[in-house]
Amino acid sequence: MRRQLYEVQRAMRARRETALRRGVIAILDIGTSKVACLVLQFVPEEVGEDGDTRPVLSQGAFRVIGAANTRSRGIAFGEIEAMEECERAVRTAIQGAQKMAGFRVDHVIVSFSGGRPRSYGCTGEVEVEHGAVAERDVGHVLAACDIPDYGHDRDALHALPVNFCLDDRSGLTDPRGQVGRMLAVDMHLVTVASGPLRNILHCIRRCDLELGGIVVSSYASGLASLTEDEQELGSACIDIGAGVTGLSVFLRRQMIYADSVRMGGAHITSDIGHGLQVSLPDAERLKTMHGGLIATGLDDRDMIELPSILGDWEHDRRQISRSELIGVMRPRVEEILEEVRARLDASGFEYLPSQRIVLTGGSAQIPGLESVASRVLGRQCRIGKPHRVQGLPQSATGTAFSTAVGLSMHVSHPQDECWDFETPADRQGARRVTRALRWFKENW
Amino acid sequence: MLAMRRAASTPRRDPAPSRLRYRLTRVWLRPGVRRVVNFGLPLMAGVLASWTVMAQFDVRGQVTAWASQLHEKIVDRPQFTITAITVPGVSQDLAEQIRVAAFVSLPASSLELDVNGVRERIEALDAVQRARVRALPSGILEIQAVERVPVVVWRAPDGIELVDENGVRVAEVDSRMRRPDLPLVAGPGAGGHVPEALALLAVAEPVGARVRGLVRVGDRRWDLVLDRDQVVKLPETDPLAALRRVMALEASGEVLKRDVAVLDMRDPARPMLRLTDRAMAELERLKTLKTGEDA
Repeated sequence: MRRQLYEVQRAMRARRETALRRGVIAILDIGTSKVACLVLQFVPEEVGEDGDTRPVLSQGAFRVIGAANTRSRGIAFGEIEAMEECERAVRTAIQGAQKMAGFRVDHVIVSFSGGRPRSYGCTGEVEVEHGAVAERDVGHVLAACDIPDYGHDRDALHALPVNFCLDDRSGLTDPRGQVGRMLAVDMHLVTVASGPLRNILHCIRRCDLELGGIVVSSYASGLASLTEDEQELGSACIDIGAGVTGLSVFLRRQMIYADSVRMGGAHITSDIGHGLQVSLPDAERLKTMHGGLIATGLDDRDMIELPSILGDWEHDRRQISRSELIGVMRPRVEEILEEVRARLDASGFEYLPSQRIVLTGGSAQIPGLESVASRVLGRQCRIGKPHRVQGLPQSATGTAFSTAVGLSMHVSHPQDECWDFETPADRQGARRVTRALRWFKENW
Repeated sequence: MLAMRRAASTPRRDPAPSRLRYRLTRVWLRPGVRRVVNFGLPLMAGVLASWTVMAQFDVRGQVTAWASQLHEKIVDRPQFTITAITVPGVSQDLAEQIRVAAFVSLPASSLELDVNGVRERIEALDAVQRARVRALPSGILEIQAVERVPVVVWRAPDGIELVDENGVRVAEVDSRMRRPDLPLVAGPGAGGHVPEALALLAVAEPVGARVRGLVRVGDRRWDLVLDRDQVVKLPETDPLAALRRVMALEASGEVLKRDVAVLDMRDPARPMLRLTDRAMAELERLKTLKTGEDA
C-alpha cells in the first residue's frame, strides 16, 4: 500500500513539473463556503537594470493571471457531500479564472481541508555508507523511518523530512555532503481519511483536469500568512474557515503539526439563524454586516432591524441590539478556540521557542477576534493576511484567500517530501534491470 | 423533487456552466482551435462556396458574358472611337505607305487599339526613322513620323538602293536616274561606309563635276571614279589624306586633267600613274622623234 502511495505522489509531482515547464498552473481551494481558483503563470526571473536578479520575495517567480471564486455547493466540513454540485462549483471557478487568464489550464493543485488530518512524527536512523552523506543516504534514512500503522482507511498526504541529525548534531536542514557516521531523520507524516480524498480526486478528474498535487489547507494557509521569522521561530496558524478550522504549527520553516477542528464560520451562521430565528442567508448577512465578539455599552443601543419572514411591516417587525448578536456569536467562537487550544496543547506547542499565533481564514474577519483569541489561547494573536503576490486582484487579498495564496507559494517553492528522494534499491522489488543499471552507474 | 427543492432554496440561477459548455470553453481556449475556427473555417467556406458557384457552367458563362458585354459597352462609346488617321509632316507617298502599314481598320476603339504595335509596324518601314503614335481626344489617330533622308545611291549587288547616312536602306529604286542629285556608290559593303564615302566626296569637291561615283573594292578600300574612265585608287588606311594629296596635285599640276587612266595612291610612299594607251603611244612617238632627231 505504501508503495502505491509513493507511485501516486510521484505521478502528481511529475505532472506538477510538466505544468511548471509549460508555465501555467491552476490553484484550486475547495472550501466549505467558497471555491477559489487562481491561474498562475510562471515567468523567468526578472533581471534588473544593474544586472542581477531583482530581489523579489520568495513568491516572486510567478504571477497571478486569473482569479475567480464562487459560492461552493455540496461541500460540508471541507469534504464533498454532493459530487454533482461540487463539480459545478469547481467548473464555475475554473472557467472564470480561465476566462480572465485567457489560457487553458490543464494542471491543478488542490487544497484539502477536510478528512480529519492527523500528524505523526516518525524517526529513522541509518549508517552512512561512504563517509559523506549522499542523496542515496537520505533516501535510505527516509525509507528506514518506522511508519506508524495509521489504518487502511487513511492516506498519507505529506511526508516532510523536518529535521536531520548527523551523529550528535541535530537541526540540519540539508545533510548532503556532510561527513558523519549515523544519519537520523525526523519525518512529519500527515494522513487524511481516504474516502473524502478520493472524492476530491474524482471530482477533479470529472472536470477534465489533471491533479498536480494536493495539500492540506492549513499548511497552505500557514505558508501564506506566517512571516519568515514566525516560521523560523515557531508559531501556529489557525485557519478559521467556514466548515473546518485548520491548525498548523511551524518551526524552522517546517510544518511540524497539522490538525483540524470541524467547526467554523458556518456554525456561527447557523447559531445566529437558530438563535434569532432568521433564515441562513439573512443570518450570514447579519454576521458579516453587524457581527462582533466584544460587546460595549454602545452596542446595547445599536439596534439592528431583523429581516421579517412574512414581510408584514405592521405586525412582523423585530429588532435586536448588536450586543444580542454578539451574545449569540461569541460562545461559538470561544468553543472553536477552546477546541483549537486543546489541539495545540496536544501538539506540544508550548515547548516552542516562540509561540506566535496567527489567525487567518474567512472567519478571522470577525471584529474583536484577536482579543478573544488571546484570552482563550493565552498568547498574543494577530490576524494574518496572506502575503502579497504579484497580479493578485485586490478582492482576493483578504484573509479568506490565504489558503489559495499559500498554495501558489507551495507550488513555486515546493517542500521536499519523502517521495522526492529515490527509494533505495532493496525496496524496489522486481525491477532488476533498473537495479543492474544503477549498480553500473554507481560503480563505474 | 430535487429540482423543486433547489429552485425553492436558490431563487437565483446557478451560474455554473453545463458540462458541455465547460468543455467547449476549454476547447475554445486552445490557440490552435481558435485559429482554425477564426481563420481556417471562413477561408475554407469562402473557397468552397466560390468553387461550387464557379463549377456551375452557366453561371460562369453568364458572368463572363456579362463582363464582356460591359467591356464592349464601354469600348464602343463614341468618346473612344477613332475615325481618322493623320500623318502630318511627311510626303504624300510616305503617308500612304504609313497608312497601309499602320493596319488600322476604321472606326476603331482607342481602348482596344495597340498603339505600340502600330508604332512598331510603322517603324518597321524602311523610310521611317522614328514614329510617334497617339490617339487624340477628338477621335483622330495622329502618327508623327520622322522620314529617313537618303544621302547616296548605292548600286548594291542586288539592286539599286537609296541609303541614308547611317547606311540604312530608305528605298529601292529601279534606276539611278531617279535621284540624279545624290552621289553614287557601288560595290559590296559600300552601304556600310556611307559617312566615309560622304567625307571623300566632300574632299573631291574641286573635281566635283567630273565625279561619277565611289567604288568599294573588296569591302576594303575605295576607288574614286571620274569621267573619261579615270580611276583614283585610294589606300585602305587614311584614304582622306591620300585624296587630299591628289586634290593638291590636281590644283598644282592638273594631274587629272591629263590623259591619265589610273592614279594609284594605294602606297602613299609611291604614287603611280598609268597613262591611257593613246597617251602612251604619243609618248613613244615623241620619244622616237627626239631620238631620231638626235640620230
